[in-house]
Amino acid sequence: MTMARQVRMTVNGAACEGLAEPRTTLADFLRGELELTGTHVGCEHGVCGVCTVLLDGRAIRSCLMLAVQADGADVTTVEGLAEPDGKLHPIQEAFVEEHGLQCGYCTPGFLMAICELLESNPSPSDEEIKDVLGGQICRCTGYQSILRSVHSAAAKLGGGRSATGA
Amino acid sequence: MKPARFDYAAPGSLAEAVTLLAQSGEDEAKILAGGQSLMPLLNMRLARPQLLVDVSGLAELDYIREQGAGLAIGAMTTKRALEQSELVKRRQPLLHAATVLIGHPQIRNRGTIGGSMAQADPAAEYPAVALAMDAELVVQGPDGERCIKAEDFFVTYLTTALEPAEILSEVRVPELPAGTGWSFREVARRHGDFAVAGAAVTLRLEAGRCADTRIVVFGVGDRALRVDEAEQLVDGEAPTSGLFERAGTKLSEVIEEPLSDLHASADYRRDLARVLTQRGLAEAASRAS
Ligand SMILES: Cc1cc2nc3c(=O)[nH]c(=O)nc-3n(C[C@H](O)[C@H](O)[C@H](O)COP(=O)(O)OP(=O)(O)OC[C@H]3O[C@@H](n4cnc5c(N)ncnc54)[C@H](O)[C@@H]3O)c2cc1C
Ligand code: FES
Ligand code: FES
Repeated sequence: MTMARQVRMTVNGAACEGLAEPRTTLADFLRGELELTGTHVGCEHGVCGVCTVLLDGRAIRSCLMLAVQADGADVTTVEGLAEPDGKLHPIQEAFVEEHGLQCGYCTPGFLMAICELLESNPSPSDEEIKDVLGGQICRCTGYQSILRSVHSAAAKLGGGRSATGA
Repeated sequence: MKPARFDYAAPGSLAEAVTLLAQSGEDEAKILAGGQSLMPLLNMRLARPQLLVDVSGLAELDYIREQGAGLAIGAMTTKRALEQSELVKRRQPLLHAATVLIGHPQIRNRGTIGGSMAQADPAAEYPAVALAMDAELVVQGPDGERCIKAEDFFVTYLTTALEPAEILSEVRVPELPAGTGWSFREVARRHGDFAVAGAAVTLRLEAGRCADTRIVVFGVGDRALRVDEAEQLVDGEAPTSGLFERAGTKLSEVIEEPLSDLHASADYRRDLARVLTQRGLAEAASRAS
């Protein structure tokens, strides 16, 4: 059936549900159905990385996944990073301090990709960081400030803190 | 853009998936694996199937097993799992080296080995690995299982020997014989992009002479190509830089006119194939014993 069906998933720790046609991407479901518009959409073919979210802890393109495929999954979006009182996540703080953003359009994708990186590799080398940043496009910063932000975030998170705050 | 309407099924087993495909008319249904190639085509409406058969959740196709001296890899195994597998690092260094050149971690987290083989992009790494390693592709269809050698599997640009109702279930990669040296090199515009051109090379040294040389180039033709003429020039000879240079030149002369596009002209690709072959041979020889 091409008709909309009920989809349930955990998003940023909360049980969520909504209607999705099979063709609805996870990105559009998060934005349109769950009204979590922090996840951006750019190229819609996997190249730019603005739509990157964590799926069961892994950074993935939400434009290249169907919402129905994420039924039952655990999703983290950029809205899940800051504390409920608005206190920024250490990676976000590092971006502010190191000028890791200008217009900010690309930032949610970078933050989520970096989350997975620092979770699995708490003190990455420049090369390891670039392997991840290479999958995210930024038209403003020239990337060097983002590279610095990642190093700074890694230092802030040092001492075994979890990068996703989990 | 957004995909056109389609129906979606996530069968609970491989057998169920084959049945579903067999019941659908030709070109009606499409298999969905990691979606890293198919979803862009759907989003751009370059593909408009009526039904997507999602096999990405089939745990029975997600494994890396030792099989004899080689590895048997389930088609739904992600590139990330292969990248992080100690077994792959240790037993299949060429496969591992190719894996980390595919896209980015964000892509490798979902893209599968089976999806890359079935997609058969002429610039993709895995078909070249399959040819260089003499891999076999195990396929399940309405009439049961068949095993296809890599050299027969990749037919032409984005086309394989898979029939519409067949699903690739496993990739069998034999062990590199003891003492075999290998190399996997490519040139891409940016780290993580599809290669403009690349070369996979394996060879052994027997009493100081090259033996069992395999040279595969990708990104230059309608599919990854094994180039016998260059291999024959190398076998039986002492591994010298002059020999490897001649082999690279030979290869660049015998391959058909490479693709010309906005990334590179045909001449540039031909020259890359020459240089990458030459360097690949030298690197493989330095690792051989
Ligand atoms: C930004 C970006 C960069 C990339 N860079 C590279 C790169 O450098 N090198 C590279 O090789 N690839 C690259 N890719 C493509 C990526 O590797 C894909 O994952 C891969 O080509 C397809 O695998 P998949 O599991 O995503 O398959 P899908 O996209 O789900 O499917 C691809 C095709 O194969 C068919 N199919 C899938 N599985 C099976 C099966 N088991 N049996 C039969 N048919 C099947 C599908 O019907 C479809 O036609 C990139 C992709 C993106 C988005
Ligand atoms: S919108 Fe998903 S990668 Fe560009
Ligand atoms: S800050 Fe503008 S695109 Fe990255």
